[in-house]
Amino acid sequence: MFPLDMAAHGKSINYATFFAIGFGFGTVLELAGFGNARKLAAQFYLKDMTVLKTMFTGILTACLLIFFTASIGYLDFSKIFVNQTYLWPGLIGGLVMGVGFVIGGYCPGTSVVSAASFKLDGIVFFIGTILGAGVFGETVDQFSGFWNASYTERLLLSDWFGWSLGATVVGVTLLALTFFYAAEKTEQYFRTPDAPFSWKIGNRVYVASAGVALAVALGIWLNGQPTPEQKWQHIGVQYQSLLDKREVFVHPLEYVKTWNDSAVKLVTLDLRPKAEFDAFHLDSAQRVTFDQLADKDFVFELDQLPPQGVVVLVTNDEAEAVRAWQRLKVQGVTNLYILEHGLRDWEPLFSHVASLHFDLAKPPAKVLEQFPKDAYTIKIKLKTSRRAAGLCS
Amino acid sequence: MQSKPYINPYLAGALLGVVLFSAFALTHSGLGASGAISRIQVAATAGVAQSHVDRVGYFAAVGGGDRHALDHSSVMMLVGTFAGGLLSAWRNRRLKVEVCKGPQISNTTRLALALVGGVLMGFGARFARGCTSGQALSGGAVLSAGSWVFMFAVFGGAYLVAWFVRKLWN
Repeated sequence: MFPLDMAAHGKSINYATFFAIGFGFGTVLELAGFGNARKLAAQFYLKDMTVLKTMFTGILTACLLIFFTASIGYLDFSKIFVNQTYLWPGLIGGLVMGVGFVIGGYCPGTSVVSAASFKLDGIVFFIGTILGAGVFGETVDQFSGFWNASYTERLLLSDWFGWSLGATVVGVTLLALTFFYAAEKTEQYFRTPDAPFSWKIGNRVYVASAGVALAVALGIWLNGQPTPEQKWQHIGVQYQSLLDKREVFVHPLEYVKTWNDSAVKLVTLDLRPKAEFDAFHLDSAQRVTFDQLADKDFVFELDQLPPQGVVVLVTNDEAEAVRAWQRLKVQGVTNLYILEHGLRDWEPLFSHVASLHFDLAKPPAKVLEQFPKDAYTIKIKLKTSRRAAGLCS
Repeated sequence: MQSKPYINPYLAGALLGVVLFSAFALTHSGLGASGAISRIQVAATAGVAQSHVDRVGYFAAVGGGDRHALDHSSVMMLVGTFAGGLLSAWRNRRLKVEVCKGPQISNTTRLALALVGGVLMGFGARFARGCTSGQALSGGAVLSAGSWVFMFAVFGGAYLVAWFVRKLWN
């Protein structure tokens, strides 16, 4: 089941993996001609569209492989790092980089390859990128407000457009094929301006490849992405031990402690029937139905929680709690726990400290002082990073 | 010895896509270069003045105190990228000390502009939280909305000024 966790095999294996991937990356960039600034800059004078063709073929190929393997259950997309969206900083940074690209002739990755093949301009450009990164670090405090604004943790194009993932993959495929067609015709026009213009693509391999790409994209769309229950069938085995060892069942006192911890953002989801919820519920709880836990928009919000966010499920039916936990876990919700025994233990547990006169729906931290320190085992362990962080941050 | 021609751009793209997919399948995240560049910068600064790295928050996060900025998987990837580029250039007889430039400008002008472009790129890549590889390629493949906006901004920025600097390349 992908993605594999190479870091679990020790540092040297992990580093060797990164080296190997980098090696493949550098080789391909060099083979494509990206170590040569003339080749790269030609993109912006429309004579040689190699940059656009190679980039979009790379994106499209990886995109189809990712969502195809996810669609048939071999890859857990919720574990894949998706660059956070910082809309305006990304836009401004991108414009600055575009200017840097056409003036300097490279981007950071290609300048490494250029430097590796002894191109002096590539070496100088690479040194420039190091200086530029330094200038940024020294000055970021001046504009950190803007730099951290317009942020969404995991915003996919599909979320943005309100399309399904499969439809978005088809859309991206059509966009890429349109770009390729335009690139071919632009090159044809600028290379042989006097030749009669033809709308046809003569290269049969190109036409066939485009057909294959589109067929795969449509297949992904038709097959759909696995439901949470199907995903659990494929990937649940890696989480089952957490349930078996009861490592995700939180004692009520730990819940009270977490709730009173201002450093934690606690989300409590109460799955009990409405009548029971109305009779008594925790002050912090919101009532949800089991169906809602598969709702895209609802889960989207949970996926946006910061690393110190904790989600706790509350229900008196443990089998339902486990099903709910499984359902959310495979959708990428991190720091996910279950309140042990639901609310059945709640009132009896606090009965002997009732003299403190507090609201049972929101016990204050001082209640904890009335219990021995070893009254429960700490289960909540905050994962500092939600997913493997991106390489650029 | 004549250097060999570059391979077909679509074939290169397909290979690039396979490398990118492998990166996701084996490491959870995609490709990247600018994160490692930032780490080299912090390591260089730390070599001159560790106290400065400790004081500036943005640097301290990767190289403050006991942390060594270069001890990171992204740096391994950058070293791998260099090695792959070197081997491929050697195999295809493209290892040659030269300056890639348009015919109308001198080597000095070209190198000066490479430095300016590099500084802009280095700054922009930190500002956008990623470079062409980390944001456009990797984020693009996993359909990150921000990465697609970024990608079009890069092309937009380049096409906006391309006409004004056409003497550099043509």
